[in-house]
Amino acid sequence: MKYRLFGPAFAGALLSVAPAAHAIEFNQFQAGKSALSFVSKQMNVPVEGQFKSFRSKIAFDPAKPAAARAELEIDLASIDAGSKDANDEVAGKAWFNTKEFPVAKFIATSVKPLGSNRFELAGKMTIKGRTQDLTTPVTLRQEGNSASFEGSLVLKRADYALGEGMWADFGTVANEVQVKFRLVATAAAAATPTKK
Amino acid sequence: MSSLPTTTQAFSARFTGVAIGLHWLIAVAIVGSFSVGLYMVDLPLSPQKLKLYSWHKWAGVTIFLFVMLRLVWRLSHRPPEMPAGMPAWQRKAAEATHVMLYLLMLAVPLSGWLMSSAKGFQTVWFGVLPLPDLLDKNKELGDLLQEVHELLNFGMAALVIAHLGAALKHHFIDRDDVLARMLPFLARTTGDIK
Repeated sequence: MKYRLFGPAFAGALLSVAPAAHAIEFNQFQAGKSALSFVSKQMNVPVEGQFKSFRSKIAFDPAKPAAARAELEIDLASIDAGSKDANDEVAGKAWFNTKEFPVAKFIATSVKPLGSNRFELAGKMTIKGRTQDLTTPVTLRQEGNSASFEGSLVLKRADYALGEGMWADFGTVANEVQVKFRLVATAAAAATPTKK
Repeated sequence: MSSLPTTTQAFSARFTGVAIGLHWLIAVAIVGSFSVGLYMVDLPLSPQKLKLYSWHKWAGVTIFLFVMLRLVWRLSHRPPEMPAGMPAWQRKAAEATHVMLYLLMLAVPLSGWLMSSAKGFQTVWFGVLPLPDLLDKNKELGDLLQEVHELLNFGMAALVIAHLGAALKHHFIDRDDVLARMLPFLARTTGDIK
């Protein structure tokens, strides 16, 4: 499959820089193709939401996953928490306090290959001034020049003081929030013969 | 279920115990969830509001099921005849009110369920049994269905008041047994009350 698709290019690359032939690095983040959504449970009712604005810096070479770098910045004010009431509420101090903490940030610290295009991504997540270690499985789907990193994880809102005061009780809004992400990055045009 | 009838005539003139039980159970549930609905809708968002919404929705599903049960019972058990001297227009009015009340008792929870789906909040009965969402999330449709839900409710409230007024009129002015035969604690068919 790979050979059939990339046959001629591969042969050409081989002639010029043989060791770097595999070195395709996905590092051009594609905001329009990426998505960041979540499902919270309110009185055991799943309620879907999403963030519309976020940026990522990705540098991922499938041949060298351990050297991958990834950062994600989320504009918390871009939340759609399911209704206008909810959007107004979660911007407030009890939740994200977006005035003081407008951005949530994730910085990857390690990437471990798990085989068959699956990886374990570990990093530091900072929301509302609280930083927590976070680990999530990621599935890579590569289509030619484009790679999509997909995964889902459970985030505990209390770890980041999301929902303080009257919201602190998990009886109404559950502590566990299911987060789903899809980050798409393409390889830069001149990816093959770059550095290292 | 109910106390022993004093005569067979008294027995046949009353609704069955099941019909009486369902009538009052549903009546209390409707008044309760109607009041909760009126109260909760303008509350600022809070855990209490989310709880009230859930309880209101659970009550709606429960009422719907009891109304279905009641319809089956009603169709399989003839209710007692209306009083002999009742004018034709009153019989027709009573008939129409009852048909409308049955329709609304089903339409009100149905509209609430559809509205919830359109607003993107699934109904999970008692937090356990998720009802399917027949509609996709759609803000405009959700707002429209909220209007429909409200209008149906106010329509039902008006009919309930008419229903209650008619029952009291039968009891205190006509002095017949129309109210008594739907009351669990009045076995006699005469209109006198202590």
